[in-house]
Order: sequence, then C-alpha cells, then structure tokens
Amino acid sequence: MSEYNKPLPGLDGLSAEFYAFCKQQRLHFQRCSACRTFRHVPREMCAECNSFEWEWVASTGKGTVFTWTVIERALHPAFADATPMAPVVVEMEEGVRLLANMLDCPPAELAMGMPVEIAYEAVTDEVTLPRFRRRAAR
Amino acid sequence: MFKDKACIVGIGETPYCRKPGSGMSDEALQLRASVAALQDAGLRGRDIDGILAFPNVGKSEAFAASLGCHNLRFAATVHMGGASPVASLRMAAMAVASGVANHVLIPAGWNGFSGRRMADVVSSDKSSIPGAAIAWDYYLPQGLTAPPQWYALMARRHMHDFGTTQRQLGAVAVAMRKHAQLNPAAFLRGKELTMEQYLASPMLADPYRVADCCLETDGAAAFIVTTVERARDLGKPPVYIMGAAASQPYPADEITSRKDFHMIGLTIAAPEAFAMAGVTPADADFAQIYDCFTFEVIQQIEEAGFCRRGEGGAFVESGAIELGGRLPVNTHGGLLAEAHVLGASHVVEAVKQLRGDAGERQVADAEIGVVTGWGDFGDGSIAILRR
Repeated sequence: MSEYNKPLPGLDGLSAEFYAFCKQQRLHFQRCSACRTFRHVPREMCAECNSFEWEWVASTGKGTVFTWTVIERALHPAFADATPMAPVVVEMEEGVRLLANMLDCPPAELAMGMPVEIAYEAVTDEVTLPRFRRRAAR
Repeated sequence: MFKDKACIVGIGETPYCRKPGSGMSDEALQLRASVAALQDAGLRGRDIDGILAFPNVGKSEAFAASLGCHNLRFAATVHMGGASPVASLRMAAMAVASGVANHVLIPAGWNGFSGRRMADVVSSDKSSIPGAAIAWDYYLPQGLTAPPQWYALMARRHMHDFGTTQRQLGAVAVAMRKHAQLNPAAFLRGKELTMEQYLASPMLADPYRVADCCLETDGAAAFIVTTVERARDLGKPPVYIMGAAASQPYPADEITSRKDFHMIGLTIAAPEAFAMAGVTPADADFAQIYDCFTFEVIQQIEEAGFCRRGEGGAFVESGAIELGGRLPVNTHGGLLAEAHVLGASHVVEAVKQLRGDAGERQVADAEIGVVTGWGDFGDGSIAILRR
C-alpha cells in the first residue's frame, strides 16, 4: 500500500470527517438540523436556510448514474496505467450527488439511470476512497 | 449603467508559437503585447492608470513598474480563469465610466506550451482556482484531474438530455479550423480538419477527442479601455462597449451538485448584457466564443440566447457558425485553431472585425459583435461591442 502514488484527499476540516466515515466503510452526508436538507460536498452551513446546525447522517448508499466520462488518456501521470477509467456522478437517494469510480462495470456498459450502490477501496493505510458497484433495480 | 460610456482603443498581440517556445517569461510576453496595444492606441506606458492582471500569470505591480505607470490608481484581478479578460473588460468599463481610472490595460498570456501545461494547473496547485481545494479532496482522487474531464461530465449529460451528438461537437472543431486557414497568425493555418479526420481523432475524455480540445501555445494579447471622450482624441476608430456582464454557475466551486446541471455563468450574465446594450442576440454580426472545448461553444451559444437550450447542436451543425453563416463564430480560429491566450485574443479579434481590419476573414459590414469568456467550473463573461 505504501507505493500508492495517485492523488489523495486532504484530510483536514470537514473532508477529514467525511473520509473518516469512509475508512469505517460508512457513507455519511451532512444534513441540516433546521430544514433537514442534505448536502455534499461538505460545507460549513446550509445554503437553503443558512443554519449552522447540522449532523452527519448515514446514507442508504444507493443511487443512480447521473453522468460520467470515460478517461482514455490520463492527464495526470499517476493514472497513466489506470485507463480506461470512468468516474461517474451518482445521484444518491438523499438527493446529493457523489463522484466516484465504478469497481465492477466496464465503461462501455455504463448507462444513465443505472442503479448503483456504494463500495469502498482502502488505497492506503490512512485513506479509503468511496467507489460504486452495480446493484439490481428495485 | 455604463452603456456606450467606454471604448476599446488599443489592441496588441505577440506571435503565437509552440516549439521551441517563446524564449521569454510570461511577464515579458504580456509586456510585449501591452506595448503593442499602447502603440496601436497612440498612448504611452505612463498614460495607463489602471491594470487588471490575469490570475496567476502576472502582477499589476510588475507591469506598472516596467511600463512606467507612475499613477496607478486602479488594480485588480478577476478570479474567473478564462472568463477573466472579458470580466475585466466589464470592470474596466465601470472604472472609466465612473472616473476611477482613465486608461485601463488588460493583458493576458503565458507560455502555455513551453511552460506549465493547463492539465497540471489544478493538480499541482491547490490554490490555483477557487474550486481547486474541492477538486483536490473529491475529484483528483477519483482520476478527474483536468478541465476536459470536468467539462465532459457536462457534455455527456447534455447529450443525454437533448440528443447532442459527437458530429455536432465535430462541427465546431471543423468550423474553427476552417476560419484559421484565413488567419496568417493562426497556429494551425495550413492544417485543415475534415469531419472524417475529426471522428478519427483519439478519444481523450469521452465525449472529448483530442480534436475537441484547445491548443496549448505560448503568446500574449492585451487591450486598453478608456472613456468615449478620450477615445475620440486617439488614432484608431473606437469600439464601444454597449453592455457587459459576468456571473457564475451555482455553486461555482463545485460541478457535480448543481441542481440545474446546464446552468453556467452566461445563463445569468448574457440577458443582463443584452438588456444593457438594448439589442438582442439576433442583432450580432459575429460572436467570439471562448472555445476551450467544442461542447462549451454549443453550451454558450445556447445560454447566451443565440438559440434555445438544447438546440445548440443543430445550430452549429447547420453551418450558422461559419463565415458566411448567420452567426460567424471565432473568425480567428479561436483557442481551438489560432492560439490559447486565456481569452484575450477573442477580444482582440472582435475589435479587428469591428474596425474592418480582419483581412480575408472580415465579416462584411460588421457593426455589432459579441465576445464571451469561460473559466474554471463554468464561470462566464460577455460583452456586446459595436463600431
């Protein structure tokens, strides 16, 4: 694991808290305590009602593919051997969107609205990144 | 507000090149373009009392020191990436119209080929753009490291929602390349592009092929804004700023969470600029549209109001954006085929067209032109100009 050379998230502030949940294989999003609006990426306050009160709430981990790109040529040297790769934007059941790579879906099989669920990949001793895998539609 | 109260009176450019590189610094390139703009306007360095420098590639203090601006009263940087030069054009118009400054210089340029490359800007510098810190925490670890990859997310969703096609993206690349063949300064003059060649171009970040992407070049451009009264005493026919505006998508520092996924800065800025100018998009004789990638041209054509949202693909495929069409776009070849000067060359080309100085690519009788900027995660700026 010590040889992982791809970019890692900064582990400070609210991002540290988000990724600390990921390390425990849990997906949590911020929810406003006043108007109960979910948000991601993490922010200090609610843009809907301007409340500073919020809590981390467990996500169902389920969502559908909203958009994606297939990277055929890496534009960062650390990903040169990782192509083709397809970061997908997933609309979660909570209404927020999360960007992550698929673990089990060749890029050619991606489709708008495809049901997916959260997965995790421990890339270093400190960092676990969220990923997605396919799920059966309800 | 400031309708018709300010003019562009000077334009300047350096040559645009790649190998072996310009052989000078980002600052030196911009100084050369600035001096060319001063000479064009019939002004001297000491006449400049306002400078709006492009983020990360120049400091107004250094420009002022070299140009001899002893009386610098107004200096700022608009942090909107490639939308900065046109947003700065608006700010300059506000400044001269209100008397805060008399002559405002707006330089932009860089060693975009021989120096730091665009693909490395955000991944090498967490403070490079306003959204870079979020990109570091949530995009880069998933492999999304550079602009064509971010914008591909927007293009892919647009294709799904509106049926926009790969060939329609290609129509933009082909038109820009065609225009470059008429521009002696264009880096890709002499290298034509057919639709077949476009469709054979290697995929970079689907739906973007290499041929969908702007050039990376060394070079700089600059322009000077002053009041209508002062413009009348100068040598060149003034180009009037009828209206201008700049805005941002919401949120501006993060792409994926946008409720309206097709909203960009121009969505807000364009109606404001046209209202100020008192004209409609149909009145424009040409448009210089910031073409970092092909889809961004289609999206800006829609959000600027040249057609409805979702109809941009058909608009560009109809030939409307080519010289001789309803709305010639990027008559110089744009970032895709002339050079990447961070948006300043689009302003310079608009001025050339309105002066009637565009040579073989002149739009006959051009009276009103539009110029846009695009930057960061979809920031937008727009100016409506007239002769």
